[in-house]
Amino acid sequence: MKPLATLSVLTIAALSLTACADDPKPSGGLTVSATDSTCDVSQTDLKAGPSTFKVTNKGSKVTEFYVYAEGDRIMGEVENVGPGLTRNLVVDLPKGTYEGACKPGMVGDGIRQKITVTGEAAKKLSDSEELKAAATSYERYVNSQTVALIAKTEEFVTAVKDGDVAEAKKLYPIARTYWERIEPVAEKFGDLDPLTDGREADAKAEKRDFTGWHRIEKQLWVDDNTEGMATYADDLLVNVKKIVALGKDAPLTALELAQGSKGLLDEVATSKITGEEDEFSHTDLWDFKANIEGSQAAIAALRPVLVKQDPALVKELDARFKALDDDLDQYQDDNGDWTFYDKLTKEQVKRLSDLVAAVSEPISRVAAVVAESA
Amino acid sequence: MSETNEPTSGLSRRKLIGAAGIGALAVGAGAGGGYAVGRQSDEPTAGVPDPDAEPIPFEGVHQAGIVTPAQDRLYFVALDMTSEERADLISLLKDWTEAARQMTQGNDVGTFGAVSGSPFAPPEDTGEALGLPPSGLTVTVGFGRSLFVDAKGKPRFGLDGKLPAKLKELPAFSGDQLDPAISDGDLAIQACANDPQVAVHAVRNLVRIAFGRASVRYSQMGFGRTSSTSSAQVTARNMLGFKDGTANIKVEDKKDVQDFVWVPKEDGPDWLVGGSYLVSRKINMRIEIWDREPLEGQENIIGRAKGSGGPLSGGDEFAKIDFKKKNDRGAPVIDMKSHVRLAHPDFNKGAKLLRRGYNFVDGSDGLGQLSAGLFFIAYQRDPEKQFVQVQRSLAGSQNDLLNEYIVHVSSGLFACPPGVGRKGYWGEGLFA
Repeated sequence: MKPLATLSVLTIAALSLTACADDPKPSGGLTVSATDSTCDVSQTDLKAGPSTFKVTNKGSKVTEFYVYAEGDRIMGEVENVGPGLTRNLVVDLPKGTYEGACKPGMVGDGIRQKITVTGEAAKKLSDSEELKAAATSYERYVNSQTVALIAKTEEFVTAVKDGDVAEAKKLYPIARTYWERIEPVAEKFGDLDPLTDGREADAKAEKRDFTGWHRIEKQLWVDDNTEGMATYADDLLVNVKKIVALGKDAPLTALELAQGSKGLLDEVATSKITGEEDEFSHTDLWDFKANIEGSQAAIAALRPVLVKQDPALVKELDARFKALDDDLDQYQDDNGDWTFYDKLTKEQVKRLSDLVAAVSEPISRVAAVVAESA
Repeated sequence: MSETNEPTSGLSRRKLIGAAGIGALAVGAGAGGGYAVGRQSDEPTAGVPDPDAEPIPFEGVHQAGIVTPAQDRLYFVALDMTSEERADLISLLKDWTEAARQMTQGNDVGTFGAVSGSPFAPPEDTGEALGLPPSGLTVTVGFGRSLFVDAKGKPRFGLDGKLPAKLKELPAFSGDQLDPAISDGDLAIQACANDPQVAVHAVRNLVRIAFGRASVRYSQMGFGRTSSTSSAQVTARNMLGFKDGTANIKVEDKKDVQDFVWVPKEDGPDWLVGGSYLVSRKINMRIEIWDREPLEGQENIIGRAKGSGGPLSGGDEFAKIDFKKKNDRGAPVIDMKSHVRLAHPDFNKGAKLLRRGYNFVDGSDGLGQLSAGLFFIAYQRDPEKQFVQVQRSLAGSQNDLLNEYIVHVSSGLFACPPGVGRKGYWGEGLFA
């Protein structure tokens, strides 16, 4: 469970695409030549979107360059441009009229020049056909996982209620695998996620009963029994089913999907690498692998879009996912069981952490590519 | 915006942040505008309101951050390559060079910087230096022995024959308590600035750029430069309270710089000519024990007066030291085991070092004592004849009296390539 990721997935859908999708590169070749008494902007009719002003100080005093909107509202500034120096200023300007101002000596109102910006205003993001196809493809994946999730959770719940500790311990990481693969779906429903996947410390802090997967995990591994777990087990199944049903009614958009692929890796980096997810059972590597698989599934659904928009990014993702998978493989035995996390050495954890960071960097750029193809 | 008419020479980060949602900022100066100033020119520009506004030129024959005036703050980081691909090493050095070129000139990393990119993409620049001046930032890189050969001596990254003969493992010194986790490394970055936030910003962004190719092995923050590298700077004090680096090589001593700092053609290898060797040593100080030592004892251990920094043989800070002078009991005024004597070139075959260390405090040790000391950095042409020579004189309980109060806990030796021009990248000569 991770409140932060939930927040970012939810808020991102509400954002509009303010960077102009047609022209993501800044208007190039804009120069500002500043002296102690002049301020020449090479071009004063600009297209809406980001523009780069290359400010060169040819005077003898330290200067500044500002772009002002009406009422001297600062849209952008570059300060402390010493004599002979060049500094760049990138400003994202919507349609309107502005003033560019050099301030030799860094004082006064400056030497001003009018700048006019025309063209498209910010676009509202809506999914293209390709993106819709990606979302649909991921929906199929989610459906396949939820069927197994419910089935395995039912088996787990039954074992817990039967008092079969060994069987419950065996099923715990397996049922969770399906949960962890589609965690972005669960995280959409803020109030249910803490009930099912919350940790003891958080429950205590929020003054609520400690419930869900980890409550039962604690009983199984710390007390080695299932006493008092029947209600928790029943509630767990009810909530898992609720989340699955809610998820079906509100499938993820392509952008949420892109965010989710990153969110799953953030999960790995923040709670799996540290070994705090399954603090009693140490079955973190099951969850670890499942998060990675879920992230890969999201990227697979987006693949046609990504290949078209940014093939280099896809290549990088493929290579780095492979490196991570190759390293992870050594911890899985022939029965499909994973090494308990507390058995890993510090060096092994560092290596995994490096590999996760290596995928996380390129994956953090996926959402922007998806947004641009809308 | 009430501050628009403010006649100020100061720098307001707030002003920028308040300016516009998807605001604007200085990013990506095309190839360091400061080059025209040139590193060789010592003439300060007239009318500069804030010395930190003037960037230190990035391009030059030598890397900045060695003989350029020592800044007030340090953030040092060592990394290990996580990739074994030669192409990854090359692309990393290229990316680092570009980012350092931008940051040292006071610009953001990348094309769009911290706040002008797509709202759906993480910003290219992490943003904590927005609105801050260049603050004298220099970024200096070095290559450890382990970048060239693995533990079995097998070449890495196709760098066969490129390992400099002088890039040997440093010998063990008596009294060392080295922790391998904070020693050595494939790559080192020394970021220095007059504002710690600017130094941290530089390292943070370089580390971020490296993910997937290299990862951090250890890092160290430092403050209060303990050495002056220019005679225009006053000599700073270390955590012992003494002036440190009085006899350091200064940039004005052209002959010393040439003889002791830069790797000349005759030493080779070719790719390192114009570069230098960096030795780093984290030296923990038993601060509380030292503080209980009487003034006379402290001065005797160091060999200098605590107040003026002058040698105990007489004169001001820069007076020539008279090691032969005796007191009325016939004993040398400057103790035979004093720090200043054992470290002096006269007793080390003339060896001099360009020291560029920083004080550090890493919190406290849980027993109420400061975890503090000196992060020693020295540049030299030949580690064996310089650092190793001097450290052999100092190390061991029978030598430097100061050893009772200090312990070396980390060690590193890195070959720092020469500087780059407008187009080049660090270590380019390695791949020629």
